[in-house]
Amino acid sequence: MKLPLEGLTVLEFSQYLAGPYAGLRLADLGARVIKVERPGAGDACRKSATKNLWADGDSVLFHTINRNKESFTANLKDPDDLERVRRLVAQADVMTHNFRPGIMDRLGLDYDSVYELNPSIVYGEVSGYGESGPWRDRPGQDLLAQSVSGLTWLSNTADKPPTPFGIAVADMLCGTHLAQGILAALVQRRRSGQGSKVSVSLLESILDLQFEGLTVFLNQGQQLPQRSAVAGAHVYLGAPYGIYPTADGHIALSMGSLETLCRALGCTGLETFDTPQAQFDHRDHIKAHLSEHLRTQTTRHWLSVLEPEGYWCSDVLDHQRLTEEEAYQVLEMEQTVSRGDTVSLRTTRCPIRINGEKLFSSRAAPVLGDSTESITKEFSL
Amino acid sequence: MTRPLEGIRVLDFTQFLAGPVATLRLSDLGARVIKVEHHEQGDLTRKIYAPQLNLDGVSAFFQAINRNKESLRVNLKNAEDYALISRLVAASDVVVHNFRPGVMNRLGLDYDTLKSSNPTLVYGEISGYGADGPWRHKPGQDLLVQALSGLTQLSGAESDGPVPMGLAIADYLAGSQLVQGVLAALVSGEGTRVEVSMLEAILDFQFEPLTLFYQDGEPVSRGEQNPAHSLVAAPYGLYQTQNGYLALAMGSITALAELFACEPLKAYADPSRWFELRDPIKKILAEHLNTQTTEHWLGILEPADIWCAPVLNWRELVEHDGIKALSMLQSVTNSRGFEYQTTRCPIRFNNEPLTSSLAAPALGEHSDAIKQESVKEAPHGAQR
Repeated sequence: MKLPLEGLTVLEFSQYLAGPYAGLRLADLGARVIKVERPGAGDACRKSATKNLWADGDSVLFHTINRNKESFTANLKDPDDLERVRRLVAQADVMTHNFRPGIMDRLGLDYDSVYELNPSIVYGEVSGYGESGPWRDRPGQDLLAQSVSGLTWLSNTADKPPTPFGIAVADMLCGTHLAQGILAALVQRRRSGQGSKVSVSLLESILDLQFEGLTVFLNQGQQLPQRSAVAGAHVYLGAPYGIYPTADGHIALSMGSLETLCRALGCTGLETFDTPQAQFDHRDHIKAHLSEHLRTQTTRHWLSVLEPEGYWCSDVLDHQRLTEEEAYQVLEMEQTVSRGDTVSLRTTRCPIRINGEKLFSSRAAPVLGDSTESITKEFSL
Repeated sequence: MTRPLEGIRVLDFTQFLAGPVATLRLSDLGARVIKVEHHEQGDLTRKIYAPQLNLDGVSAFFQAINRNKESLRVNLKNAEDYALISRLVAASDVVVHNFRPGVMNRLGLDYDTLKSSNPTLVYGEISGYGADGPWRHKPGQDLLVQALSGLTQLSGAESDGPVPMGLAIADYLAGSQLVQGVLAALVSGEGTRVEVSMLEAILDFQFEPLTLFYQDGEPVSRGEQNPAHSLVAAPYGLYQTQNGYLALAMGSITALAELFACEPLKAYADPSRWFELRDPIKKILAEHLNTQTTEHWLGILEPADIWCAPVLNWRELVEHDGIKALSMLQSVTNSRGFEYQTTRCPIRFNNEPLTSSLAAPALGEHSDAIKQESVKEAPHGAQR
């Protein structure tokens, strides 16, 4: 199958997660992504393992983010290498970087300089907190961006401390927004022939995620939302929205008619809370009452009485149980990537389907500098 | 400034969040988005939440998600309205919908039918769980997708049980992935069908823990003490101080022990054990940090280049110069003159933020104008 971005070349000067996650998506959609890495060390993510899991000298984390890419090494402090990189930049369609403010200027690889070399290039830039303001030079790190953004006050119950999202959400969204901006710029370039600079930051991205809640907050006298005391799931939603313990596990209850829910559960005593406003104002009371009731039977039992009523509910799974489900298996979300005889590992595929096809790629992350020679020849560097 | 998607027209049949958040992004990037709404109730998010959350009589969520769009009110069972939709579809660059499997086929608005009259059409579809398999008829609702996907095992402490992320993350991610797919198709210039499900999007979001799980089969372990990320070593976490909370990212326990002159911490000198021993290490840190204010600790940590930050709430955030410098907030106004504040698009082009002062439309606000315009308009193929 022909992929939508075939024929486009992306140079990835980015390291860690945000920029490389954008590069991964562009690669899966058909672009050729070349990581430009420091000789000897490369992307620092190669050496930062989680759970001490490695494959052929690179962390499994690096493999997860950088499959389906090539690697070109260049020492940007060496004038000859820098000149080679400039010749490569002149022939590329897209480049991304996440260096601290000022570094690309000193290398002569800032957007204005690159524009002189290649006016049609799309130049993507990732920062922590934008290019101006008092936070400009702060470390652009996921947990810190979550912490200043207010996000940590949205999850868990009211008695718990602020709770961060247990995933590098600011990095991942920032990479997503970078890919969106780059693609929009490429759409424009089809017509105008001109490239552009696309800038994203961890903070702007994590604020965008909170756009619904922030809109409530900003227009209601800046009143801070309260987390629910019971089954906390969303600060602005009333009962029963949340996850509840049952006799043998948990059940998730979405929004719906409280009357239908109580009838199906055989739960009495909540009849007076019959408006959305009452179900919001008294959510802790309602949820505590439901919680007592739900503990008395198994998850399977409750699902069997709620699903026929059309009430929105589900089991609560961990990764083990999820991957045993037929519904997971039919997605074919897993694929094996390999690198010669040295790497063969299972990871996820691109979540987007094109013309009814799932997008698979069997190429593992590159050995540091494995394409330096071939790229030097191919691009006459 | 010319916006990158100027000249692109999107016909948007979606409602709730996943689809509309995608078309919000497309509109901020310069596309014209026509929101096709059911003639009676419109997009259900206009009304389904507690009235306390309303702005100008419509839910604040709807107002946030649907700004910068036009509203066309139609009854697809009415022949005249259906003819209008057929003309619009033939003349649009992008169509998106999030109907249950089969609905668009019955309406004759499925991709195979539309591409014959509009071969360069990009057709985006969002579902809960994909078109195959036993969950295909399950409600594609955010909390349920979170619950089924394993995501609720990642945040909070082990003893907290399942902790969902406190906003509609699966919706948001599915919409974000759809935007990428639709834009990639527009880059190619070829008619394309793009599908995203909420479940696949939230699995992609977990690509790091899932890939580790595929290797070792071990369950996620969040720990009990100051939990922030199940895979990261101490000191990573949020810590209570005398007057708030402080965030510590990755860093050296040895360096912290020195800086704080914290004797018990000095026993943990081996970096290779900072993951395995994260709970006891964080417990010592938690006790120590609780003795002074956040500002006190920042005053020690920042000069030493330790990665740290204060934990802010929204009120503290919007008052901070750090966010003011980003101009991330904007005011929008609707046709009744009602003004509200919201966020802007997070992507900047050529150093300019993309702002828009248009609020969300009233139901059917643009119906007449779109009908008149459509009568004059030639089909899509004839324009190029």
